Amino acid sequence: MAVSVRPRWVPYLMVLPALLLELLVHIIPMLVGIWMSFVQLTQFYISNWANAPWAGLGNYKVALDTGSPIGSDLLHSFAITIVYTLIVVGVSWSLGMSAALVLQSTFRGRGVLRTMFLVPYSLPVYAGVITWSFMLQRDNGLVNHVLIEDLHVMDGSSFWLIGNKAFASMAVVAVWRSWPFAFLMLTAGMQSIPTDMYDAAAVDGAGVWRQARHITLAMLRPVNVVLVLMLFLWTFNDFNTPFVLFGPTAPKSADIISIHIYSNSFVNWNFGLGSAMSVLLLLFLLVVTGVWLLVMGRRSRRA
Amino acid sequence: MHEPASFRIFRWVVVAVLSVFTLVPFYVMLTSAVKPLGDVQGDFHWWPTHATLRPFVDIWSTVPLGRYFLNSLFVCVLSTVFSVIIAIFAAYAVSRFRFRGRNAFTGTVLSTQMFPGILFLLPLFLIFVNIDKSLGFTALYQTRLGLIVTYLTFTLPFSIWMLASYLDGIPRELDEAAKVDGTGDLGALFRIVLPAARPGVIAVAVYAFMTAWGEILFASVMTNDSTKTLSIGLQYYSTQINVYWNQVMAASLVVSVPVVAGFLLLQRYLVAGLTAGAVK
Repeated sequence: MAVSVRPRWVPYLMVLPALLLELLVHIIPMLVGIWMSFVQLTQFYISNWANAPWAGLGNYKVALDTGSPIGSDLLHSFAITIVYTLIVVGVSWSLGMSAALVLQSTFRGRGVLRTMFLVPYSLPVYAGVITWSFMLQRDNGLVNHVLIEDLHVMDGSSFWLIGNKAFASMAVVAVWRSWPFAFLMLTAGMQSIPTDMYDAAAVDGAGVWRQARHITLAMLRPVNVVLVLMLFLWTFNDFNTPFVLFGPTAPKSADIISIHIYSNSFVNWNFGLGSAMSVLLLLFLLVVTGVWLLVMGRRSRRA
Repeated sequence: MHEPASFRIFRWVVVAVLSVFTLVPFYVMLTSAVKPLGDVQGDFHWWPTHATLRPFVDIWSTVPLGRYFLNSLFVCVLSTVFSVIIAIFAAYAVSRFRFRGRNAFTGTVLSTQMFPGILFLLPLFLIFVNIDKSLGFTALYQTRLGLIVTYLTFTLPFSIWMLASYLDGIPRELDEAAKVDGTGDLGALFRIVLPAARPGVIAVAVYAFMTAWGEILFASVMTNDSTKTLSIGLQYYSTQINVYWNQVMAASLVVSVPVVAGFLLLQRYLVAGLTAGAVK
């Protein structure tokens, strides 16, 4: 083995640009954000931040006071975000899993189907979601046309983008966006399962369904731990779907947490309060991620 | 492998339902983009009364789509180029060196990926505004430069991770052999490792470009009329008194073509790269 003379600073020099940028655009802003949550950063102080008065825990008290309109709106937003996330992640995973499973063995047209299913994922978010918002229009959209004139399952035209139905619309659009990613990861995961496992199971008399449950699902565990976590974080933090469907302020039924903080911060220009809400959101995500990894790590060690 | 009837029916149902679900929006986009305005204002029609390419001409004058397009192209190309270069060096260091702080570096970089964008938006807004104020001119707030810096850091963590796991798959003997021949670390990286890692580099570039091209949250507050990108510009067809849905659909098609075409062409690389880490 040749002894290559490597000065010790070489790797540090190589990660330096990445490290500096991460510091400047992620780490420092995060610390600034935490500081902001403790000051009264209203619009008068935005270009004069040094003079913003200290607020202590004031912003947190306002955000967490469920008796006040601000606190109860935040709690409401948090609750519907949880429901939204559970539905979107659950349905997206099930669709991705079903599609990956039925496309696992080779047949004519499989390649075309795989590519087709991935196209919604490659489309810019706004192009896909804006098409859905056209389809969901009350008077000239496809959805009402199909439900009323083609299928005759509804009598009058519905508003899909305002009121209570906005939540369902948003969830359907989000599933359309995110299930292809689950399909992509699960398909790749299945490709790394050795085929002789299936052959051995078939010799033992296990049918397709049992193989799917006992081999495919079991072997996909490590992929699923990462995939479900990624889907959870993306969906919980989803800003794009409500923003393109509804604009900067979402209807109450679809006012999930990111757009809620956004519209609160930029309508009232109260950045201190917005930052306090963001920090609370971060704490929640840290706890959920930590618990998830801990539980999943412990279970896979035991298995 | 023998497939029972129940599985074949299940396959048929899944494929049919998901094909319809996937394709309907594309059908609406394609057909509505060639409809005259009257067709998209009244009750929905499955088929245009007469096909017209007018919307594809009008989209450029209803809103300054050309300017938004150039802004997006400029911001996305530059942030992609810088992101890829910086990620190559960092990924090489992470993959080939065991240095103190290596785990802390990868851990910190990756964990920023899970944080909500809204957490960074307010502080970055404040920081950009105040940096510009102390500089005395607008350098970062609502400029293309500010957007490039932001986007490039957003794609860095995942790019480094993706590329490092790709480099791990390239035998170290290759770069050691190059070093025996007298090239240094940089020589080994550029002459041996990078050419072998081309699929990984392409995957990272496609990922970075797609992410920047679709970004909305920061673009919505960090741009003004002259720096606006497509993700925000596209909404301006809808704020007029008349909503030109045929033009919205035509414009959606036009802005999607570069990324969807790139994705389809480079799909193989991207799929391999995206899944390299999670599957291992």
